[in-house]
Amino acid sequence: MEILKYIGYGLLIIGGIFLFLGALGIYRMPDLYNRLQAGTKASTIGAMSVILGVGFIQPDWLIKTLIIVVFIAVANPLSSHAIGRAAYKAGLKPIMKTKMDAYEKTQNIQETKEVKL
Amino acid sequence: MQIVLITVLSLMTLGLFFSFLRFIKGPTAADRTVALDTMSVIATAGLVLLGLMFDRYIYIDVALIYAVLGFIGVIVIARFIEKAL
Amino acid sequence: MQDGKSSISKFIYTFIVVFIIWNAFTWPGKFTDIQLAEVLTGIFVSIVLALLTNKFFSSFGLKGILPIKILYFVQYLFVFLIALIKANYDVARRVILPSLPINPGIIEFKTNLKNDFAKMVLANSITLTPGTLTLDVIDDTFYVHWIDVTTEDAEQAFKEIAEPFEKILLKIYK
Repeated sequence: MEILKYIGYGLLIIGGIFLFLGALGIYRMPDLYNRLQAGTKASTIGAMSVILGVGFIQPDWLIKTLIIVVFIAVANPLSSHAIGRAAYKAGLKPIMKTKMDAYEKTQNIQETKEVKL
Repeated sequence: MQIVLITVLSLMTLGLFFSFLRFIKGPTAADRTVALDTMSVIATAGLVLLGLMFDRYIYIDVALIYAVLGFIGVIVIARFIEKAL
Repeated sequence: MQDGKSSISKFIYTFIVVFIIWNAFTWPGKFTDIQLAEVLTGIFVSIVLALLTNKFFSSFGLKGILPIKILYFVQYLFVFLIALIKANYDVARRVILPSLPINPGIIEFKTNLKNDFAKMVLANSITLTPGTLTLDVIDDTFYVHWIDVTTEDAEQAFKEIAEPFEKILLKIYK
């Protein structure tokens, strides 16, 4: 039981650091899509590991903290995907050095599809 | 062990601060939505941690509902942006 | 998917999943604190929900929880966890370095998966693994924002980003 507690405190520290790094990434990155990259990954693992750490420290709460962890793992990528797609369709171009934009050519097809619906 | 909890809470507060800066600065509505999403995730983790500090089981339920509501809010804003930014 | 024989098995599968979710949500903390009334309400709600939604909820019925599939799922979780840790090391490095080493672009590739749920799992996994973010899925083409583009060829990109996940998902969702 003691070992579980120490693992829990370790997870708490790792999670706090990653939550901070995710927010720092959101502040520092140059455009929306890179902000999404930094924000999603770091803040997802940060929140998951803080909540799981609390579950390890208080084993009675483990089941409910596991639900929140699973929910965050499923919902966070979905919401960042929704924001990214919405911003692209609203006309926000990503900055890029390589000029590699495979998504651009699909936009007209999407437009006609939506009119039909 | 109290010191660990306080350290983690201060790191989270710093994170909230940086995403709030982006929330104020963000040139487009989408940037502000990203900052809002990160803030709500940090708040969820913070609620769970506060539940541990105050030894209240009910905070876990509050965090769960907050996570669901934050997710739905972000999806709604994204659907709105898709038509008009 | 259309083999009408499995209506009963779909119902049982939905019932089991919904009942497990109900019990997890109403978990009181200790095993001895579980109250009979709550479990009975859970059974009732699960039956109603399973009757209403079994057509949309599962496409395989009870075949979805064969032990071999659960084993593959555990293997998937391990592959995914390793990729997740790598991804976070990668993001932390990029955020902390003062020079911000990024080279972003959007690439496309095709997947062999047919099942919609499997595509959703693959898209979420891609979002959480190093340097990639799924922007859109149209039919079987994925459009992915890549923070550090190393190749512009669709085949090569597929090999680098999605192949280890897709191999296991193809075994689960044949």
